[in-house]
Amino acid sequence: MLTDFGRILIFLLIGGLFTAGGLIGSWVLRPRRPYPGKLATYECGEEPIGNPWVKFNIRFYVVALIFIVFDVEVVFLFPWALVFRNLGMFAFIEMAVFLAILVVGYAYVWVKGDLDWDKPRPIVPRYVKGVGVVSDEKTEIEEHVTA
Amino acid sequence: MTSQQICEKIRERFGPAIREAKTEGVPNPFVSVAPENLRDISLFLRDEADLACDSLMCLSGVDSGKGMLGAVYHIASTAHRHTVTLKVQVPAEKAEIPSVADIWPAANWHEREAYDLIGITFTGHPDLRRILLPDDWPGHPLRKDFKVPEFYHGMKVPY
Amino acid sequence: MGLLDSQFDNSNIVITTLDNLLNWARLSSLWQMQFGLACCAIEMMAASASNFDMMRFGVIPRATPRQCDVMIVSGTVTLKMASRIKRLYDQMSEPRYVISMGSCSNCGGPYWEHGYHVLKGVDRVVPVDVYVPGCPPRPEALIEGLLKLQEKIRSESLVKKSA
Repeated sequence: MLTDFGRILIFLLIGGLFTAGGLIGSWVLRPRRPYPGKLATYECGEEPIGNPWVKFNIRFYVVALIFIVFDVEVVFLFPWALVFRNLGMFAFIEMAVFLAILVVGYAYVWVKGDLDWDKPRPIVPRYVKGVGVVSDEKTEIEEHVTA
Repeated sequence: MTSQQICEKIRERFGPAIREAKTEGVPNPFVSVAPENLRDISLFLRDEADLACDSLMCLSGVDSGKGMLGAVYHIASTAHRHTVTLKVQVPAEKAEIPSVADIWPAANWHEREAYDLIGITFTGHPDLRRILLPDDWPGHPLRKDFKVPEFYHGMKVPY
Repeated sequence: MGLLDSQFDNSNIVITTLDNLLNWARLSSLWQMQFGLACCAIEMMAASASNFDMMRFGVIPRATPRQCDVMIVSGTVTLKMASRIKRLYDQMSEPRYVISMGSCSNCGGPYWEHGYHVLKGVDRVVPVDVYVPGCPPRPEALIEGLLKLQEKIRSESLVKKSA
């Protein structure tokens, strides 16, 4: 009597009620005594300084972008794969052309270096005799430092 | 080389700069120098081949109680395994000693501690600020004439 | 709404049973905010380790004050640290308790006379529920302090406290 989608709707409703019930139940029951000290951002006991929003490295964005493009390509491949046997050689050649265009794009992205994973390289301090601890990778010492 | 011999070597090289030297009857034979000559003697100790004192073991600030502040440097050589001690004394009103932080990197934090607790200013130090006490603490606690504050940020300090 | 906030005017059979249930639930899972400052911290760690095992009382160490019920202040409290303790206590949510472990956080300990930078007792900045004496207290002593705190929680009520 219920369609397949109807069953999914019932499932979603019960899931929603379960979550909402828990949250509303605790909202009704728990004590509520807010004051500025309690609502402050946690920073291990210090006064919070700066914005909690941190800039992340652009390499994550680039990888996600390229993934989306090729993911859409895969989305096109799936229905084609189901029916191409019935459509004959024409469908095969057409899809091959589509893939070839995308492979050119892939090669371009690869050679350009957009797929390189740029990990940040920390500068490890090292000990140089006569000078002391040096934390600058460009410094080459040849003689002792005199005052 | 024993510490006495090192003190002799310093004396023969820097004779007039030595204020006082005590090599007998003390566990650490020391040489007391004027602040102006401290850096020259430190470089001599570090760069001379048979002394090669490349490690500052400890730098302690001292309040002698007679209006003089000072610093004691315990220096060691990892290659030759000998030690020597230097002492510097300055009047409390103008307590300035040249910094040896670029000669021995260990001096960086030790000098910050001496500044924090005794109040000796080390000229030429790359980053001279309090290291143990909070930045707004009044006074230098390990001086003989230090008075404990009554309140600090609303908290009662004495018992 | 805050129904579990000790605001009811009078007690009855429902409230009493709810009291018992709630207190039992709260005392059986006192998540602790480990505040190990000095030597007492070692004894607190020993109490959490296998020989004395505080975890069988439901006490799990959590690093953040948002998820904690009890803060065990173990070790010397310096004036520099005291403002952080106050801030972290403020960031804990009710119901919250403080166990002061060891002489230094009870009353300043061996530094009471000459310690220029020691706070003479953590109760000068946060309200303390249980004091555990010792220098440092043995893990058994800390567990006894924990049990005393559980007794204290067992006697709490949802009924408003009258003056």
